[in-house]
Amino acid sequence: MDYQYPEFEVVRNADRCIGCRACERQCANEVHYYDADLGKMMCDESKCVNCQRCVTLCPTRALKIVKSDNTFRENANWTMENIKEIYKQAETGGVLLSSMGNPKPLPVYWDKILINASQVTNPPIDPLREPMETRTFLGQKPTEVKRDENGKIVNNLSSQLKLEVPIMFSAMSFGSISKNAHESLARAAAELGTYYNTGEGGLHKDFYKYGPNTIVQVASGRFGVHKEYLEAGAAIEIKMGQGAKPGIGGHLPGTKTVGEVSRTRMIPEGSDAISPAPHHDIYSIEDLRQLVFSLKEATEYKKPVIVKIAAVHNVAAIASGIARSGADIIAIDGFRGGTGAAPTRIRDNVGIPIELALASVDERLRQEGIRGNVSIVVGGSIRNSADVVKAIALGADAVYIGSAACIAMGCHQCRACHAAKCNWGIATQRPDLVKRLNPDVGYKRLVNLVEAWNHEIKEMMGGMGINSIESLKGNRLMLRGVGLNEKELEILGIKHAGE
Amino acid sequence: MLREGEVRIPSGCAISGIFSKKGKMLNGRSIIDSIATMHDRSNGLGGGFAGYGIYPQYKDAYAFHIFYDNTSAKLACEKFIDKHFDVINLSKIPTKKVAAITNEPIIMRYFVKPLPNRLKESQLEENEFTVQCVVKINTTINGAYVFSSGKNMGVFKAVGYPEDVGEFYRLDEYEGYCWTAHGRYPTNTPGWWGGAHPFAMLDLSIVHNGEISSYDANRRFIEMFGYKCTLLTDTEVITYIIDYLHRRLGFSFTEVSEIIAAPFWDTIESMKPEDRERLTYFRNAFSNMLITGPFSIMVGFDGGLMALNDRLKLRSMVVGEKDDMVYIASEECAIRVIEPNLDKLWSPKGGEPVIVTLEEGLK
Repeated sequence: MDYQYPEFEVVRNADRCIGCRACERQCANEVHYYDADLGKMMCDESKCVNCQRCVTLCPTRALKIVKSDNTFRENANWTMENIKEIYKQAETGGVLLSSMGNPKPLPVYWDKILINASQVTNPPIDPLREPMETRTFLGQKPTEVKRDENGKIVNNLSSQLKLEVPIMFSAMSFGSISKNAHESLARAAAELGTYYNTGEGGLHKDFYKYGPNTIVQVASGRFGVHKEYLEAGAAIEIKMGQGAKPGIGGHLPGTKTVGEVSRTRMIPEGSDAISPAPHHDIYSIEDLRQLVFSLKEATEYKKPVIVKIAAVHNVAAIASGIARSGADIIAIDGFRGGTGAAPTRIRDNVGIPIELALASVDERLRQEGIRGNVSIVVGGSIRNSADVVKAIALGADAVYIGSAACIAMGCHQCRACHAAKCNWGIATQRPDLVKRLNPDVGYKRLVNLVEAWNHEIKEMMGGMGINSIESLKGNRLMLRGVGLNEKELEILGIKHAGE
Repeated sequence: MLREGEVRIPSGCAISGIFSKKGKMLNGRSIIDSIATMHDRSNGLGGGFAGYGIYPQYKDAYAFHIFYDNTSAKLACEKFIDKHFDVINLSKIPTKKVAAITNEPIIMRYFVKPLPNRLKESQLEENEFTVQCVVKINTTINGAYVFSSGKNMGVFKAVGYPEDVGEFYRLDEYEGYCWTAHGRYPTNTPGWWGGAHPFAMLDLSIVHNGEISSYDANRRFIEMFGYKCTLLTDTEVITYIIDYLHRRLGFSFTEVSEIIAAPFWDTIESMKPEDRERLTYFRNAFSNMLITGPFSIMVGFDGGLMALNDRLKLRSMVVGEKDDMVYIASEECAIRVIEPNLDKLWSPKGGEPVIVTLEEGLK
């Protein structure tokens, strides 16, 4: 017996429904069907993930999906969610799987931080009338000046990434997302003057041409990693961990390992691609240093190396070790970071908020005098331009966006990526679904989003009297906390509003 | 009430400077007359001066000007100085009673040279040794504050209008080839004299008008290199940045201005290749020392003076020339009052430094 009761209800307005069966065609989960005997549309709500595809495409707006108001006896401890999860595990004996970021009502510190603006003593600046700059360089910065025999300054910078906007698209593998989604990201990054990230699934042959705007990832499974791949990107990212599932490796269900995905990953079709939890050549910090330099040697020191870690309890000490490992950039992924598939318990319970991780890492690196050794990029989750401003003021050089980028392409955060039946053509490999995401449209929506954010960033910077993003970086005096306790303020390194 | 350093106080200001390229000795009276003209740009909560070339008889010794809140601070500090320096001369700084200047601390002057054995032990060069000693006094001896520590130069400052401060310190009894002055308009009461400007470190002295928006980004960066911002003022952090770039990294003052008031990318991209490369490098490698928000600063140094505006020129600043004399001020009136017949008068563009130095062989 199946104890599960559907989470959602499909509400169809009979007066509006014209029986065009668009909903049926759009739903890969097969919720909707036409009953010829009754001459009307019917549905099986148990299959609905609330992705909103049918609602969005219904030509007469006859549909809505609502949370079922069927309840178990109310209990603040044994919530319906807790009970239903037990039923599911009792039925299957399996690990609960989820997708996207942690949905639990844990504190979102971004929402408890407020931004400053100039009044009287210092003029606000208007980005419509004055230049306002958001160009950022990522990479190690020198502490010495070199001059030639004529006294001319010699450029002693190691390889850098140049970003026109302080926003990059974070790692999402080809496999976890579709080829069309990857194309959208790659083209948007090229047009915006920023970077997208291959994730751990290798780089599709068709996308080598976007190499100057590509970060190629090397993860513990080493899927799709070879010399040509390393040389194709502008930077190489070693993935040590991911905010959605710290302590475990990537998961790609076999249903997604098809055709070009298996070829790009260099693994058999239909096989589950389960990356090992650790890199088996990195059991400690000194091993990381060796991998960093192996990759640099392999690419003749032409590409900066990023080390991506999940925000975990000891993140400041770990980052400090990485900053001494020869890495050029540290990417930190908070516990709300998205994923294509993760064990639910890990997604919801492991890791710490990115705001606290960022603040403590930036402060620790400054205390140690090594903040210039590395740039800091944060993700998981950055939801809007104000989050970007706050992240940079806390000390980040740039941010990664993944979930926001997916949402721009149509994702409705139904958190069912692991089912591989994404109706929006993003987190799926089914050709009929993939083609729903037109890269011409997808890329434009991404460009629009980042351009809109960048304009908002400039407006907020101008309000603070700042006309260049570098003057915002680590400028914590521009932030105030609301409703935070002393300890939280101390970790964030900001004052309370009114102080 | 919180004292300056425990709270960050924004200020508006007036600044003025006079420089003789031929090294003529100029009486302190003229700088008082200049800054007094801009009375309305101050509010009586801070004024100060820096004079260069004023101690020719002790030009090889560091001149420490120190405020003491009480005699126990003085004893503790003098004990520290005796341990680290050879004191060539010490005296109270001569002052005269001025009705508007009250609550004065004990104000002492010491001409000192590092003790050779101490210096050797520290493995530092003379300037760095002295800086570290000054920082030590200012951060560890409660009630003692070294507000001037250069050679053959001195800072004089107090809470009050600058013209009253000038009278108080009897500046008409000093002569120097360069003078700068500052009148402050803080939004809060600074609470003590250390908060007044100029702010100085060795022979570097800075007067500044503005409120920089990059303050905390600059502060948190420069503190990585052993500096400690105790006053929380813009002037303090700007001084440390210039000290770091000029004295420690060896950048020229022109290069310093290219880093702290870097041109916009649009401008950089239209430059000739060599300049474009250098400025692109600066904006990448030293981006944390870019200063944004309104400022006009005058940086006094041994044998020279630099004036610089923020790159949008959000604060007024004009420069006048007459023969070998250079005048710089927030307002033209402050120049005209002491030199009505100028050869030249102009308003430097944002980010464009004006650097004047003593003629060859005069330093």
